[in-house]
Amino acid sequence: MKILVCISHVPDTTAKIIFTPDNKEFVSQGVTFIINPYDEIALARAIELTDGGKGTVTAINIGDISTEPTIRKALAIGATDAIRVNAAPRDGYFVAAQIAQIAKQNNYDIILCGRESSDHNGASVPSMIAEMLGVPAISSAKKLDVEGTNANLEREIEGGKEMVSTSFPFVAGASEGMAEPKIPNMRGIMSARTKPLTVVEPVDAPELSKIVSYDKPVSRSSVKMIAQEDAGKLWDMIREEKKII
Amino acid sequence: MATDRFQGHDYYLMDELLTEEHKLIRSSVRDWVKKEVSPIVEDACQKAEFPKQWIKGLAEIGAFGPYIPEEYGGGGLDQIAYGLIMQELERGDSGLRSTASVQSSLVMYPIYTYGSEEQRKKYLPKLASGEMMGCFGLTEPDHGSNPNGMVSNIKDKGDHFILNGAKMWISNAPFADIAVVWAKDEQGIIRGMIVERGMKGFSTPETHGKWSLRASATGELVFDNVIVPKENILPNVKGLKGPLGCLNSARYGISWGVIGAAMDCYDSALRYSKERIQFGKPIGGFQLQQKKLAEMITEITKAQLLTWRLGVLKNEGRATPAQISMAKRNNVNMALQIAREARQIHGGMGITGEFPIMRHMMNLESVITYEGTHDIHLLITGMDVTGIAAFE
Ligand SMILES: Cc1cc2nc3c(=O)[nH]c(=O)nc-3n(C[C@H](O)[C@H](O)[C@H](O)COP(=O)(O)OP(=O)(O)OC[C@H]3O[C@@H](n4cnc5c(N)ncnc54)[C@H](O)[C@@H]3O)c2cc1C
Repeated sequence: MKILVCISHVPDTTAKIIFTPDNKEFVSQGVTFIINPYDEIALARAIELTDGGKGTVTAINIGDISTEPTIRKALAIGATDAIRVNAAPRDGYFVAAQIAQIAKQNNYDIILCGRESSDHNGASVPSMIAEMLGVPAISSAKKLDVEGTNANLEREIEGGKEMVSTSFPFVAGASEGMAEPKIPNMRGIMSARTKPLTVVEPVDAPELSKIVSYDKPVSRSSVKMIAQEDAGKLWDMIREEKKII
Repeated sequence: MATDRFQGHDYYLMDELLTEEHKLIRSSVRDWVKKEVSPIVEDACQKAEFPKQWIKGLAEIGAFGPYIPEEYGGGGLDQIAYGLIMQELERGDSGLRSTASVQSSLVMYPIYTYGSEEQRKKYLPKLASGEMMGCFGLTEPDHGSNPNGMVSNIKDKGDHFILNGAKMWISNAPFADIAVVWAKDEQGIIRGMIVERGMKGFSTPETHGKWSLRASATGELVFDNVIVPKENILPNVKGLKGPLGCLNSARYGISWGVIGAAMDCYDSALRYSKERIQFGKPIGGFQLQQKKLAEMITEITKAQLLTWRLGVLKNEGRATPAQISMAKRNNVNMALQIAREARQIHGGMGITGEFPIMRHMMNLESVITYEGTHDIHLLITGMDVTGIAAFE
């Protein structure tokens, strides 16, 4: 079984988010980057499925050289080898095009992504890869089991779950529950030093969309307390001062 | 304990002095501590129990013999990696770090450095995997700061020695499978040996009633005419320099470890000072609290620089015992002072198990005493700069 796991390099979930003064770019200086938490789940499940010599796990990332520590971590957690497509991950379409290109060359049985990345939350890459390859896409999967060349997945839907079955090859987006993220152990960290990390140049892909600017959510205003005896004024405040109604 | 929200502190961008692998090791140990230690450490301390399930995890994250070569099951890592592992473990709890320090520096180190090839092959891989746990017996009831005065002794009986004596305050003793023991031969020369559980006349009663390092098991080693085969003697060292060499390695680890405890206290105090409102504003807005916090981060930053430099020297084989003493003494005291101040910032909440502060504070009272007391390390520096020993 050959599994490709897509790893995105995202700011730590506790990082302070700052944009350039023109609001066009994220300021990454001083920010710690991590493996996208949903990708960690995908990686953990891929390792479980191939455990004991049942297959290989290749980690792929689209990024410049600064993402290599993140890729090494994926290798330390247990990926067999890794590919870095040497380009800035411009947008979802570009990223999906790169991954699809690599997938075409290597015939993976399963392509696992996180259901979305915790930075841009696009949630579009898994489906786009599947579309480009002409294979099934299963989004937001909470469970993935394999039987021969078939897979059974469980998807979360409003108020319940949906059971899906498909055959290799397919693309799935991993969600909470598929596996527990793994912490690299010392053996893993040491073996990651010598595991192959291949760097390839990107293929052309049209720029179909563009991020124009970023805006941070307005900070919540403070609570205004009204004395009990002034409760009658509440209506006026909502209407006159805040102009809500 | 409430959810572990710890974040590291790096005021002088010291991370730039670390390799990516160092940072990966640190974050892995930190993640493990958050997952496996923080949720149960408070309870373990309240019950004065060492959670045995930590042994497997400690082995997996490489806390047993990180700098011992890979061919003996160690990590083959450098001294900075060892320091970072100790820092993250002690951020969780000094007792946890003590268990790892003893196994690595006081058991694996002497077997690797002073042991025969057979001893290395027999013990080191099992100690690295946690299959076997060890302890280190130097201190005696009447000989603490003055180990040279020890009375534990061995008598040569041809193909074996007979060991008699008692050791006290021995970390990991109650559950250890082997003990690296220091005792005098008939010529009065200190020799190291490996004593195994099950040898006739060897017992390890547990020490109860500690108010410090409660999640670490401490006990005695009692030797009543124990037959120690000659192949269990560490052949390659004689004299006090044997145990002192081990202590050097452990003290170095402690100087990193306590930065973890200090950072945990500071981190908690900083967050609490911004969340706790009194007189209509966060207490972190009052000058008195800011003084405490500003001094804490200053001292942590100085300690980080000290240990980093010491680590570089140690990697190059140039760190002197006196330099290690200075770092151990300075950093443990720094951490203890920070714990005390941080406890005050937390007000009444600071004495509860909701926060890690009181636990760290009590643990550090042991750390400032073992591996050479605060006073003894000062005398070592004093001797180093004047050339005159003031111990006796
Ligand atoms: C929790 C815990 C775990 C331990 N684990 C181990 C272990 O695994 N293995 C092991 O071998 N030991 C261990 N120890 C023992 C520890 O190393 C000793 O407690 C320490 O060396 C001090 O010895 P002591 O307690 O006998 O104090 P003492 O030596 O009696 O010292 C008492 C006081 O006198 C001071 N003092 C002593 N001599 C002088 C001097 N010349 N000048 C000025 N002041 C002096 C000391 O600084 C101290 O303040 C442990 C101790 C504790 C508390």
